[in-house]
Amino acid sequence: MDMTRRAALMTSAAIAANVINPFRAFAQETPQKGGVFTVHYGAEQRQLNPSLQASTGVYIIGGKIQEQLVDLDAKGQPVGVLAESWESSADGKTITFKLRKGVTWHDGKPFTSADVQYTAMEMWKKILNYGSTLQLFLTAVDTPDAHTAIFRYERPMPLNLLLRALPDLGYISPRHLYEGKGDIRQNQVNLAPVGTGPFKFVSYERGQHIIADRNADYWRPNLPYLDRIVWRVVTDRAAAAAQMEAGQIHYSPFSGLTISDSARLAKDPRFIVSTKGNEGNARTNTVEFNFRRKELADIRVRRAIAHALDIPFFIENFLGDFAKRGTGPVPSVSTDFYPADNGPQYPFDKATAIKLLDEAGFKPGADGTRFSLRLLPAPWGEDISLFATFIQQSLAAVGIKVEIVRNDGGGFLKQVYADHAFDLASGWHQYRNDPAVSTTVWYRSGQPAGAPWTNQWNWTDPTIDKIIDDAATEVDPAKRKGLYGDFVRRANTELPIWTPIEQIFLTVINAKARNHSNTPRWGSASWHDLWLAK
Amino acid sequence: MRIFALAGRRLVASIPTLFLILIGVFLLLQFAPGDTVDAMMAQMGGGDAATARDLRRFYGLDLSVMAQLGNYLWRLVRFDLGFSAIYGKPVATVIAERLPATILLMVASLSLAFFFGLILGVVAARGVNRWPDTLISTLGLVFYAMPTFWFGLMAIVVFSIYLQWLPAGGFEDITIGYQGLRRTLDIAQHLVLPTLTLGLFYMAIYLRIMRGSMLEVLNLDFVRTARAKGMDETRVVVHHVLRNALLPMVTLIGLQAGTMLGGSVVVESVFSLPGLGRLAYESVIQRDLNTLLGIVFVSALLVIVVNFIVDLLYARLDPRITTGT
Repeated sequence: MDMTRRAALMTSAAIAANVINPFRAFAQETPQKGGVFTVHYGAEQRQLNPSLQASTGVYIIGGKIQEQLVDLDAKGQPVGVLAESWESSADGKTITFKLRKGVTWHDGKPFTSADVQYTAMEMWKKILNYGSTLQLFLTAVDTPDAHTAIFRYERPMPLNLLLRALPDLGYISPRHLYEGKGDIRQNQVNLAPVGTGPFKFVSYERGQHIIADRNADYWRPNLPYLDRIVWRVVTDRAAAAAQMEAGQIHYSPFSGLTISDSARLAKDPRFIVSTKGNEGNARTNTVEFNFRRKELADIRVRRAIAHALDIPFFIENFLGDFAKRGTGPVPSVSTDFYPADNGPQYPFDKATAIKLLDEAGFKPGADGTRFSLRLLPAPWGEDISLFATFIQQSLAAVGIKVEIVRNDGGGFLKQVYADHAFDLASGWHQYRNDPAVSTTVWYRSGQPAGAPWTNQWNWTDPTIDKIIDDAATEVDPAKRKGLYGDFVRRANTELPIWTPIEQIFLTVINAKARNHSNTPRWGSASWHDLWLAK
Repeated sequence: MRIFALAGRRLVASIPTLFLILIGVFLLLQFAPGDTVDAMMAQMGGGDAATARDLRRFYGLDLSVMAQLGNYLWRLVRFDLGFSAIYGKPVATVIAERLPATILLMVASLSLAFFFGLILGVVAARGVNRWPDTLISTLGLVFYAMPTFWFGLMAIVVFSIYLQWLPAGGFEDITIGYQGLRRTLDIAQHLVLPTLTLGLFYMAIYLRIMRGSMLEVLNLDFVRTARAKGMDETRVVVHHVLRNALLPMVTLIGLQAGTMLGGSVVVESVFSLPGLGRLAYESVIQRDLNTLLGIVFVSALLVIVVNFIVDLLYARLDPRITTGT
């Protein structure tokens, strides 16, 4: 086991070279039409409509079929897709979108502002995860004409927040296929999506594959280049790597392969392994503290635990080049919000850890143990599993005994966020381009029990609550950035959760692909300009 | 007539067992933390508490465990397997979609295992303690000891990546979309490696059993008599020994048909086949109780059918069994 890991890490130099120059100068090539692009699909979802479910597992398919009002361009700035332009009123309560003309749904019906109105009010506001929080104060969407949609908010909505949230939470669905057709969640269109995007849904065989074909009537002239996209359902990671080598799969998104297979394929000239194109999907590894344990309610114990972990050692030996030391809840890739000063950091310092624990009054017993904790690692990735073991061994060295309790996805969420049957939990915090989308809920008090990835620590801090609320309605971008700086420093000072590692998803793609990874959320993007060299 | 009486008796006897199994699985899954809505939240990457409450009501999870169980059994009595939470379709449809791949793989690997297990077992027994026996027994041990997932991955590395003779996974080639006979051939090609991977393991068991039972029967009195009558060795083996030595093999098939139905999760995952094993695994992870119970129900039915056929075969191979009961 150790030998393989070491072997895997030996190749990190090769990967680093790829990161620096992943796209070996293809700029001069003329795009070729045609070809079938095959994609590794690791975890099937219950439905495919991105207006109803915000997750990469849906975007990877639905994002090619349906489109959103705005997406992010190569520099991470909002760029119009179904919206051509937008403006906000001075008070931030009215945001007007001018919609693209001449766009049709795959069934031939025209796309209009009525679709936007229906999707926003019935889907984003009522069903879409994170959408319902984002659009909480949306009162109406007015449609003065077929190509204007005016969003009206009860409280000021920062335009920058909306524009950074909409690439994920702004997909439009066809009103005529949903309205008056019963429960939206149970509509069969969700499994055979109809959109305006470059690819038309063809078929879905559960457990096998999904097929989408070129949309000949796409609004961007002469695009897309590809004839067909096929998503292959492959649940076994090693098998997926083998299928990539056999040429049956071109692209494995979102760290779909094992760390060692990714490192191996990075040395193979037939593949490109890189974090590029995933900057919009940054995540941090978390250590979540349950304040119901009196030991953990003591700030000195939480800081001692942070000081007891040698994070650079863990990253160097287990994660390689694709992870780095995290500095707080806002990851460094967030150019819009990353603060100049992140507040207190907790470098590895065993002596300080021991001193803090002694000060807190938790003296070691006869067997050297101060107290025991139950650690629940999330089952999302092998890095979390490794990190849990690392926490266990590091804390043993300072006299804290850790028992690791492993669960599957449903079990983990229930035990941590509903039953609070944990002392420490470790998983991922997904950062979605603006802290208001899915970051501040980890800190804001008053989250109902059972809401996953929210503050369930039994920790209430009026200071941070006020910062979060102020920032959520602050329309001045500079002031918002300042407030989120305060938020990060407060979070790092109080440490209800700790975010010691920052990671970006890894893409493994066949070197024949062109125009790939050219936006910060490319795996979720529409792939209208993707093509395959012969 | 006798056969139908036997069938009827078997069926009646298995109904209580079936219900016990279903109730057991139902209760066992209640002990797993989290329900299908939690699993759905895990998949979505978050959602608010009100959504979760709505969904629980929709799936009937707000009722007590006993009420849920009662509802399920009452539906089952009316041959309604219910609605699948993950697939949004009736469970019967979901299972029917997965059955062809499972049954194809099961029949293909069982046939392979049975046929070669029988032949190799006979050859090994005939040449006991000489080189054919040593070679076959060693091979058998290797296949038996090798983990299926590893064997499957190695087969992919050799035959798909290096030699490029066979596809690395999937049930058929969807990028091309074959029709008719070409499609059948394509599916057959996709099933070669999974069949070998699953079949060789069982073949190893069958050949050991066959060898052992051949050796045992070869030493019985009636074989000596047959030889004394001046029969040639091939006739003795085929007509006298083989028939009697087959009984334990047939028993084993009856037992393993069930295991193969549920136990091919590994092979289905490695070769990305849409079978029942993976469906069952996913149902557990997603806490899709209806689908899981549906699979248990269908598998149990299949096992009952297979065992019934095995009983008939017993009677055919050894007439004493029917007269005895």
